Amino acid sequence: MSEPAGVAVSSGSAPPAETIPRPDTPAAPKPLAAQRVLPLRRPGRWIITAVVLVLVAQITHGLVTNPFYQWDRFRYWFLRPTVLDGLLVTLEVTAFSAVLGLLGGILIALGRLSGSPVLRAVSWVYTWLFRSVPLIVVLIFLYNFSALYQTLSLGVPFGPAFFTFDESRLATDMAVAVVGLSLNEAAYASEVVRGGILSVDQGQHEAAAALGLPQSYQFTRIVFPQALRSITPNYVNQLIGLIKGTSLVFYVSLLDLFGSVQTMGSTYPGDIVPLLLVATVWYLILTSAVSVVQFYVERYFARGATRTLPPTPLQKLRTGLRDLRERARREAAV
Amino acid sequence: MSTDTAGTLAASPAAVEVHDVHKWYGTHRVLDGIDLIVRPGEVTVILGPSGSGKSTLLRVINHLEKPEGGYVSVNGELIGVRRQGDRRKMGVSPTEGRGRLKELSERAILAQRSRIGFVFQNFNLFPHLTVLDNVAAAPVATGKLSKPEAQELARELLGRVGLAAKTGAYPRQLSGGQQQRVAIARALALRPGVILFDEPTSALDPELVGEVLAVIRDLATSGTTLVIVTHEIGFAREIADRVVFIDGGKIVEQGPPAEVLDHPQHERTRDFLSKVL
Repeated sequence: MSEPAGVAVSSGSAPPAETIPRPDTPAAPKPLAAQRVLPLRRPGRWIITAVVLVLVAQITHGLVTNPFYQWDRFRYWFLRPTVLDGLLVTLEVTAFSAVLGLLGGILIALGRLSGSPVLRAVSWVYTWLFRSVPLIVVLIFLYNFSALYQTLSLGVPFGPAFFTFDESRLATDMAVAVVGLSLNEAAYASEVVRGGILSVDQGQHEAAAALGLPQSYQFTRIVFPQALRSITPNYVNQLIGLIKGTSLVFYVSLLDLFGSVQTMGSTYPGDIVPLLLVATVWYLILTSAVSVVQFYVERYFARGATRTLPPTPLQKLRTGLRDLRERARREAAV
Repeated sequence: MSTDTAGTLAASPAAVEVHDVHKWYGTHRVLDGIDLIVRPGEVTVILGPSGSGKSTLLRVINHLEKPEGGYVSVNGELIGVRRQGDRRKMGVSPTEGRGRLKELSERAILAQRSRIGFVFQNFNLFPHLTVLDNVAAAPVATGKLSKPEAQELARELLGRVGLAAKTGAYPRQLSGGQQQRVAIARALALRPGVILFDEPTSALDPELVGEVLAVIRDLATSGTTLVIVTHEIGFAREIADRVVFIDGGKIVEQGPPAEVLDHPQHERTRDFLSKVL
């Protein structure tokens, strides 16, 4: 056992000229333990990689050089106030609907999981209804809602009213958009939240119950934080759908990002392609921002669930550089 | 004091009293008329083949399972139910006499559970909380201690189970034996009158069993009332004041370990012991 190890040490400390492997000198093969494994050649992968690179280059070249895209017009429109106003509307509608939708979704999920058959049935029907009806139908329905009910009042059901609202004043375009998107979003969010709660181990519910923790504490401090780990990726998926779903509010005469681009496009028909590109790039930016936030939120909720947290991109970069340097040092030593 | 009937114990209530408890899962009868009395400070070990109802019995005691018949009381207090009716007809003891049983509110049941410690086979620590927060959470949440007091108590208890250095770790970073010791500290943090152990060493690697048993042994000698479901016969012989053998949802025999383990009277007990020893 000790013999090959001794040989390995001696070959390691030998002059560098002799350690370069020469196929024509079989007299001095390295002992197995000192040899580096030659990586498997993968010619098929190289060919596919080359084809893909060529395709990517072609598409990029086309994007940049095709005059059809009118990149100068893109630059002109990208930060125009009318586009930015639309972006602001998109952000507002998304933010309100995301928060209201999630809160509604949590309530409906709790209804689905409650002990009362009536609450279970009502929340099931809600989810069933709003997942079945297209968002655009909900929005246009709400838009015409004030024709169905002129006033909304707060009071005893079927009895006297304490407060009465004039619906046509209450239902601004923004309110219609947020309510419509939230109603739709809550139906999907409820299933995301319910799935998250069901994913928490039954033993956690039992341990919380066995310790006599108050019910609200069991949910807010024990079950829900663990559920959030699986809720986060699914809800972000939902959220990205919502960002793009806001483009439908154009049909209830609210000028969001898509709406303002569409309006400008009909005023300047020659600029429709660069205007659509402006909207595309802004939607890309919004989705990317959400994805970055998602990474850190997921990392936060992973604490305790994994033994070591996944590295942040910065940490990955740092370890990557260190590995490269070490590899270079090893290569230089051989 | 030494008789095994409920009536004569009215003066000093039993730590745990299980009276004619029945439990069904669907059409399967799990508990079939269990009567059991655990005196304060006593260590009771429950043995029995798997599926015999041992764990269910333990879960009925802290009302994680609702019994279909009979009742349970802990330190003289009915668990999960209260009696409604004329107090004068009920007698002095809360478990004697007549009166209609009425289901307690969820809040009241939770308050009762906070006085009964429970240690699970799979630890069931809260993975998103540090070891210290796992132990300190319940006294704070139930309003028994302030947060700094609870954390001080948690440090003391973690020291007692030999984990003073692990307060900042998350449960998944610990070995199974360490996790179960944290779970025991978590149960102790509520200063329960009785602690129930549901196969506390069954999920552990053999070399980790000893450290958990040492902590339980320490509790047993300090006079805490313990009810332990286990397969560790040697441990039962060592620390039990009484061994209860259950099969088919019924108590087959019970008595001091020297009697039940070394001179079992029933064929089923002999059969079981011959397989596990």
